[in-house]
Amino acid sequence: MPKTPLIAAKGLTVKRGKRVLLDSVDFEILPGEALTLIGPNGAGKTTLIRALIGMVPFSGSLIRRKGLRLGYTPQKLPLEQLIPMPVDRFIALSGERNRARRREMLSRCGAESLQDTQMAALSGGETQRVLLARALMRAPDLLILDEPTQGLDSPGEARFYQLLSDIRAETGVAVFMVSHDLHMVMAQSDRVICLNQHICCSGTPGVVAEDPNYLQLFGPRAGIAPYQHHHHEHCDHD
Amino acid sequence: MIDPFLLKAAVAGLLVAWVAAPLGCLVVWRRMAYFGDATGHAALLGVALALSFSMPPIVGVVVVASAMALTITFATRGGFAADTMLGVFSHAALAIGLVVAAVLPGVRLNLINTLLGDILTVSTSEIIWIATGGGAILAVIASAWRGLLNATLSPELMAAEGGSLLRDKLVFTLSLALFVALAMKLVGILLITAMLILPAAAAAPLARTPERMVAITALIGSLSVLGGLWMSWEADTPAGPSIIVVATLIFVFTALGSKK
Repeated sequence: MPKTPLIAAKGLTVKRGKRVLLDSVDFEILPGEALTLIGPNGAGKTTLIRALIGMVPFSGSLIRRKGLRLGYTPQKLPLEQLIPMPVDRFIALSGERNRARRREMLSRCGAESLQDTQMAALSGGETQRVLLARALMRAPDLLILDEPTQGLDSPGEARFYQLLSDIRAETGVAVFMVSHDLHMVMAQSDRVICLNQHICCSGTPGVVAEDPNYLQLFGPRAGIAPYQHHHHEHCDHD
Repeated sequence: MIDPFLLKAAVAGLLVAWVAAPLGCLVVWRRMAYFGDATGHAALLGVALALSFSMPPIVGVVVVASAMALTITFATRGGFAADTMLGVFSHAALAIGLVVAAVLPGVRLNLINTLLGDILTVSTSEIIWIATGGGAILAVIASAWRGLLNATLSPELMAAEGGSLLRDKLVFTLSLALFVALAMKLVGILLITAMLILPAAAAAPLARTPERMVAITALIGSLSVLGGLWMSWEADTPAGPSIIVVATLIFVFTALGSKK
């Protein structure tokens, strides 16, 4: 029997005025899988995430599995937070009242020493760790990560993906992530969706990821690359 | 030794300062000072309309200020408008209010008192109204506090965690509109935003948690009210603006202190 998807989207369409931001997008997120969303700037990646978390109105159907627990990390918090907010308090705002559990999760995410630091004083990498700790505090079935490594240097990026991979191994949480980093897409994802208003292509990166010629050819930031995938409909990327 | 009318003014002023503390912190954190201005300026139109329909001014203020706050909130995507739009709303409301007050038949509006406040003539029944309305605002804000903080930090995060952004917007805008009606008597509609943001801005460098900032804001607001009334009493200055002058002095003091 196939597993019930955590989220199933069918014909998901988002318009702003006359502009179509997402055009009849179909996809599923299965329990435990790592699904990565790639696409050029303006492809509607962030719009898709905002539709998933209920921030933009859409047409079509978007079904969440009953009782789905969602963890989400925004790309970043709005710049220059004026609100005084120590990290531990920020985690507590997820609804977790137990201080020991909060501390444990911060330390799991490598942010234990930050618990009394002000949110506004965190670096990009520290912010992502804290956001991840908060998302995990809710014991989610699905983590939605919006470009979690944007603004991190390569070692920072590698550390973040290692942490994510450890957490997946421990908890079996499904991850739906927006990423630009094709290396990591290859190494970390079960499936990849390529979006450009509509879904251009989707499929497993596994076979491709093991081919050194592929990586040599396209490099880590080559834009959208032809994965092992099947094409739907037309595909107007270049 | 203390005149009863000065005592009444102090009680009313302190009540307003305490209600202003959490609201003012939220306005500062969300960078919504202009929004406060627009809501405050709408009050003038509310007073003029209420008088022309022979209704209590307070009713007009609550209705028109709420309508203004809700219009801005829901007419602008995401709730945080470009500051040009807010400037348009804010100054249009003030100008229209002034024009309407001048042309409506039978309206005798004491413009100076409406614009600058008239705390020294506050009556016992007005104090009861301020206490009741203020208590309601504080109760609603306290019950919605976690959501208000989350929406301030990241509306996306709040939505993803299943919180209601609509509820947050309603709590914030309607509390602000009601506050305008309460605080008008104290500082007048021109300085309502000042009563919200100056004590909060003065408290910001001294606080490490949101709740402590609210507490320090309440303290600074109280000192401003008492200091302003004393100044008004001793030097015969207008009470509302005097309160804001004292708050400004405290702001300069804490801002300079935190630079060192």
